[in-house]
Amino acid sequence: MAPVDRGLFPTGRMDKVMSDIRAYEQPGEAGFGDYVQLLKPRVMSLVVFTALVGLLVAPVGVHPVIAFASILFVALGAGASGALNMWWDADIDAVMRRTKGRPVPAGKVTAGEALAVGLGLSGIAVVMLGLAANWLSAGLLAFTIFFYAVVYSMWLKRSTPQNIVIGGAAGAFPPMIGWACATGTVSIESVLMFALIFMWTPPHFWALALFMKDDYSNAGVPMLTVTHGRRSTRNHILVYTILLAPVAVGAAFTSIGGPIYLAAAVALNAWFLVGAWRIWKRHEDAAEADNYAVEKSVFRFSLYYLFLHFGAFLAEAALKPYGMGGW
Amino acid sequence: MAFPPEHEIHKRRLGRNVGVAVTLGLFILLVFALTVVKVTRGEPMQAFDHSVRPEMAEPEEGQ
Repeated sequence: MAPVDRGLFPTGRMDKVMSDIRAYEQPGEAGFGDYVQLLKPRVMSLVVFTALVGLLVAPVGVHPVIAFASILFVALGAGASGALNMWWDADIDAVMRRTKGRPVPAGKVTAGEALAVGLGLSGIAVVMLGLAANWLSAGLLAFTIFFYAVVYSMWLKRSTPQNIVIGGAAGAFPPMIGWACATGTVSIESVLMFALIFMWTPPHFWALALFMKDDYSNAGVPMLTVTHGRRSTRNHILVYTILLAPVAVGAAFTSIGGPIYLAAAVALNAWFLVGAWRIWKRHEDAAEADNYAVEKSVFRFSLYYLFLHFGAFLAEAALKPYGMGGW
Repeated sequence: MAFPPEHEIHKRRLGRNVGVAVTLGLFILLVFALTVVKVTRGEPMQAFDHSVRPEMAEPEEGQ
């Protein structure tokens, strides 16, 4: 029996409509979780932690509701910059093994949606942080988003092997923003917390780049391992770890430091230096033979390194009311 | 032809809609809580609007 033409869908068009529906049924429609993934929740957890520490160790008390809202909006701003990064980097994310499952290259969210989410949340986060805390912290957050999305993602990442060094500043701002939320100022303590993350980022990422070598070269990202070679990368890791140590230990002698932090910083930096030394003295053949065991262990340790430093700041602040924290 | 009511796409859309609704609800609660905190702490509630209002002037030294 011939299909009945009811006017709404002429016979020829019906097939097209059905194919459209079938296309719509494909796993392309994003769920709520896919939009959450755009915000890079794992990066956000580090941002929340460091910003919270910056806020809590400040010498000015903050009302709990204002503190909660401030940290939330800092995290939202960080998430927004992550979405902008995913919009811009969708092409190279699709090539790299580590990132090809992200919502845009996986086809769950369109690049345009990622841009809209990033811009919308950036505006909300900055304005709300200004209203909740103060406009210095909001300005710092706006600059951080700009730095990560424009300076790092759009400009440095694809143009210089020093991308990680300068781009690391974006990840270093959250404790400074947290401090500014509480005090309304920038001071030596917040600058040192910034410097700690800033100096930590290059050895952390270059250790990762040593054992994720195919990813970055396939994507054409000028990582130091690709442009200057792996020997040079090992040298850089050692130099930056040496430069990091005085920054980390020096923070012990400011108002946010104390004996607990000093002990933690000395131990952690000694450990990190030993790791960087082991990476430096290794040859590529030995590294390939044991599947980059040392590089992987130093990378894992570098994560604990940062968490424990900020944990020690927090311990000093938490013990102060009992007459134990600080000098 | 209608989608079967239990189609997976409906669940995903429902999850997305519920997620947005919960997020908006929490945002409203947060703004309300912030307002309560700021108002009860007596922070300035009048903005500068180019008219003279003596009650907004800072008290001078010795007064």
